[in-house]
Amino acid sequence: MNKKIHSKRRSFLFTATYTIGAVGLGATIWPLVDQMNPDSSIKSLSTTEVDVSNIESGKTITVLWRGKPIFIRRRTKKEIDEATKVDLKDLIDPEKDSDRTKNPEWLVMIGVCTHLGCVPLGGKGEYKAWFCPCHGSHYDTSGRIRKGPAPKNLEIPKYEFVDNNTIKIG
Amino acid sequence: MSEEKYVPKSKLARWFDSRLPLLSLSHHLTEYPTPKNLNYWWTFGGILTFFLIAQIVTGIILAMHYVANTDLAFDSIEHIMRNVNYGWLIRYAHANGSSMFFLAVYIHIFRGLYYGSHKPPREMIWITGLIIYLLMMSTAFMGYTLPWGQMSFWAATVVSNLFGAIPLVGENITAWLWGGYSLGNPTLNRFYSLHYLFPFLIFALVVLHIWALHVPGNNNPIGIDVKKNRNETMSFHPYMVMKDLLAMLVFILIFLGFVFYAPNFLGHPDNYIPANPLVTPAHIVPEWYLLPFYAILRAIPSKLGGVIFMFASIFILVLLPWLDTSKVRSAVFRPLYKKFYWVLVVMVILLAYLGAKPPEGIYVILARIATAYYFIHFLIILPLLGRYEKTSPLPTSISDPVLDKLSIVDKFKKTAAEYEGENVDTFK
Repeated sequence: MNKKIHSKRRSFLFTATYTIGAVGLGATIWPLVDQMNPDSSIKSLSTTEVDVSNIESGKTITVLWRGKPIFIRRRTKKEIDEATKVDLKDLIDPEKDSDRTKNPEWLVMIGVCTHLGCVPLGGKGEYKAWFCPCHGSHYDTSGRIRKGPAPKNLEIPKYEFVDNNTIKIG
Repeated sequence: MSEEKYVPKSKLARWFDSRLPLLSLSHHLTEYPTPKNLNYWWTFGGILTFFLIAQIVTGIILAMHYVANTDLAFDSIEHIMRNVNYGWLIRYAHANGSSMFFLAVYIHIFRGLYYGSHKPPREMIWITGLIIYLLMMSTAFMGYTLPWGQMSFWAATVVSNLFGAIPLVGENITAWLWGGYSLGNPTLNRFYSLHYLFPFLIFALVVLHIWALHVPGNNNPIGIDVKKNRNETMSFHPYMVMKDLLAMLVFILIFLGFVFYAPNFLGHPDNYIPANPLVTPAHIVPEWYLLPFYAILRAIPSKLGGVIFMFASIFILVLLPWLDTSKVRSAVFRPLYKKFYWVLVVMVILLAYLGAKPPEGIYVILARIATAYYFIHFLIILPLLGRYEKTSPLPTSISDPVLDKLSIVDKFKKTAAEYEGENVDTFK
């Protein structure tokens, strides 16, 4: 065998060794990284049922779901009107009020500011709806971002009405 | 100050040193030549070393009593404060120690900026220093989470949500950091683990920082290279050691003043309320040493933009040795740079003040101006100064300015003698 074939063979063997080595290293590191992701016990806490029969019109309750506050508000007629009348062009994150509710009277959303995760205060801000005290984001009566640094509307969780008095979140 | 190779005296010491050269290392460290004109701004390296060790020692002790569990963490801190012998002292020393650590590191950084210590050939000292600073900030942030009070919880929520601003993978990253869908027990546990680890990484980087320092040797207030063979340097021990110790004692007095007389002055009362994921405190602010960056974050009216500018404000410092192109190191000989330097200091302090204020009205406008100036200083003013500034003539030796002062004394003696008509040689 001449020298040329030798060096070809050698470089193939080097490349193959590096490749296998890199795959092995990646496979070793992945469990060390993935252990930090949400575990099964946390993933399994995925639904919460809430009795809403005691909430009067114009009142909000806050419940905890996946460690996050969920606002459940029984909106007044005035609030619903305000939320539906807004021109979509005026919105930072355009979304119709009807797409954010299953029943216009009930607004169910994750009470976490989409900026940096604080809990907005109710009945405050320019729209007398929600205002985040941390960095000054104003939300309207549909929980849509109207002013401030937050990029998105307050998130709507997956939920359904089990019956007239019970909401199942998750 | 001999540069020749060190040989231990006894046979045993020679045997040992040729196998593990610890004696040579210790000889190098004690005899290390330092410029004789170093002023007290150069004592902060020693002060910082003291605080790193103090934080590690008090931290290891606190870890013996602290419980990293969301149900128990807050109570275990109260247990340390009320029941553990001297627990209050050790916790207050640890909490205030971090503030003093940052105060010292800011003085140390701004000293470097003034005297041009980031310039060639000391770029690697500057960069290892910045890595230490980043590690210090992450360590302090994670440590602040551990008491699991309201400020702990919401500061950690806001900071970890910064990573949520990253496009596409942001939410996956925050879930990975938290180990859940929100800040919880897995988060507290990993922060505790890393809070214990990072100081040792800092320690390792301090070794690299000092190693990089010992290659070119110290910069000095005049900023010109010292000539080691012309009596311009003194051995580190005992001369600099004694000077460092004096400064350290004064600084420790201030530190103990806080620990004993105002232990909660730099903290927030809200952190004595247990963490509640349903209620954000009306006014949340980070610890004082992070306020300038917090002000930059809020000055930009976009989530991703704010995060980018905040991180950029730190990473721009890595590029500083190449942005500041002036060949003259010390601000003493740079009349324009000196002015802009003080404007920068004022702007950073202004940013810190604005970071503590609510994000509305005039505060937002001022924060935007100060943020803009911060970047303009590094990206525009420094490169322009490097090109157009007319610097004062440099002395040929670090001894010159001192000798000049002596000649002023001589002149004074002469005038006095003429005036009084008598010999005033006794005047010294």
